[in-house]
Amino acid sequence: MTSPLIRRATESMLSRARWHPLEIIFWAGAFAAIWLLPTRHLILTEIAWLALFALSLDFLVGYAGIISLGHAAFFGVGAYAAALLAKHELINEPVLALFAAGLVAMALGFVTSFLVLRGSDLTRIMVSLGVALILRELANQFGWLTGGADGLQGVTMQPILGTFRFDMFGHNGYAYCLVVLFVLFLVARQIANSPFGLSLVAIKNNPLRAAAIGIPVDRRLIVIYSIAAFYAGIAGGLLAQTTSFASLDVFSFDRSADLLLVLIIGGVGYLYGGLIGAILFKVMQDYLSVLTPQYWPFWIGALLVAMVLIGRDRITGWTTPFRKLAAKLDWRAARRDAAAAEDRR
Amino acid sequence: MTLALETIGLVKQFGGLTATNDVSLKVEAGARHALIGPNGAGKTTLINLLSGVLKPTSGRILLEGDDITGLPQHTRVHRGMVRTFQINQLFGDLTPLETVGLAVSERNGDGMDWWRMAGSKPSLLEEIASVLERFKLADVMNERTAILPYGKQRLLEIAVAIAAKPRVLLLDEPAAGVPEGERHEILASIAALPKDVTVLLIEHDMDIVFSFAEKISVLVNGGLFVEGLPGDVAKDPRVKAVYLGEEVHGQ
Repeated sequence: MTSPLIRRATESMLSRARWHPLEIIFWAGAFAAIWLLPTRHLILTEIAWLALFALSLDFLVGYAGIISLGHAAFFGVGAYAAALLAKHELINEPVLALFAAGLVAMALGFVTSFLVLRGSDLTRIMVSLGVALILRELANQFGWLTGGADGLQGVTMQPILGTFRFDMFGHNGYAYCLVVLFVLFLVARQIANSPFGLSLVAIKNNPLRAAAIGIPVDRRLIVIYSIAAFYAGIAGGLLAQTTSFASLDVFSFDRSADLLLVLIIGGVGYLYGGLIGAILFKVMQDYLSVLTPQYWPFWIGALLVAMVLIGRDRITGWTTPFRKLAAKLDWRAARRDAAAAEDRR
Repeated sequence: MTLALETIGLVKQFGGLTATNDVSLKVEAGARHALIGPNGAGKTTLINLLSGVLKPTSGRILLEGDDITGLPQHTRVHRGMVRTFQINQLFGDLTPLETVGLAVSERNGDGMDWWRMAGSKPSLLEEIASVLERFKLADVMNERTAILPYGKQRLLEIAVAIAAKPRVLLLDEPAAGVPEGERHEILASIAALPKDVTVLLIEHDMDIVFSFAEKISVLVNGGLFVEGLPGDVAKDPRVKAVYLGEEVHGQ
């Protein structure tokens, strides 16, 4: 027996996961840029890995409610892993090497997740910050392996899948980063709309109640922290592979802080925040640094202040009006409402 | 008579303060057992000990004969003991549909499913819909919980616990703060609980206690004071003294 209520409930649950027309336009645009913006592929490549990096932070901030100021730890480990694998010809095929780099970062994420389980936001910020600092110093000390302060040089990348060479204009590099980003985004989208993703939002909202309905809170946080580290490691690996270089700068505090900025500019907790934030951040940086090379962070700061004023209650909610607008733009919504009205009759 | 829940010499100290003092409580299977006591008697502390939010200083807790004293909260839920909260503890960003859905799917062991869309198991949806209907939440099931009227949130608070299909249910002042007009919905939902669910009710409102409970335990200063049938407890002069005369007699 299927009552109208069950049908409506099923429809509402499943509609969370349905593709919004704007999403399709977004990805069509990203892929069209491969052919339409050939002179912009270098910055687009940067946008792509930054977007993936920010997406990984959104898992933590937007879904699990863990604020991190040391996410560059996993990015950096992924970058060094990918660069070392290529340099010492351990894994020559870039896609496999990238996956391996992600796994290395994930292992680090798993181990350090136990440190961020306990405590308040402030403790978590400090612990994540500390882990990134430690790793940076380790990379500095073990110069025989990492090249120390000079960075890891002499990395030669083999063609992707044995066919597509990394060219100096970044044409193949962009296509490669975009495909990786898209595939991992699809996985992220799946996770966000699954029962597991729902349980993360519950933990973020109220860990006490989450435990009281039988959710093993710690275990879920360990899992999502490891997944986020995997994504960050892949993003770092993409940077190393597309530039054939890794330096201490991948671990820097600035990188973690900028990343939080990117995510907040784009909006937290709906997966596209990191992607849109990466585009806005890089385009602004590119444009403003031409205009006022010395002072471009001033404008980023001004933007941040303006955003907080628009969002009023909290920074993470500043995109809400835009998202409501996006919901109105959904041309399928009218049809769905009509169906619901019919059910109620 | 089998015991659903039992505590043996349960003690909880916060520094020098003894919030729970040697409580040995027996709750029979299928019971409608009420726990009453004046403000600060340690009722909520006891619930927190039973549900695993707090660890006892000493003593043991048995659920259906098994020692659960050292188990974490979520494992106790999986073993069939679920609680509600005196002050709403809900998921503000989720809708009632998602909240109840989550509770049902966790109980079903689907919580780690990440490759499957939430809402793609028809059998679970049937159950989710029936809980929403029973607790009069169907008409608001797609609203964000944070913007629901208080009465609805209160119903959801209990609905979430029921969705976890408890065999032992700990209700911490279910009607707290609910306006008179909406009270009957809460009471009706509690009265309609299946007979085989054991209920331990903490309540201030004596009308609710005496209309619902078959057995009453009175908690005073962290310790069990009087225990018995509602009629006997109501007539007990010591209970009257605690409730009505504590200021007159100065404890």
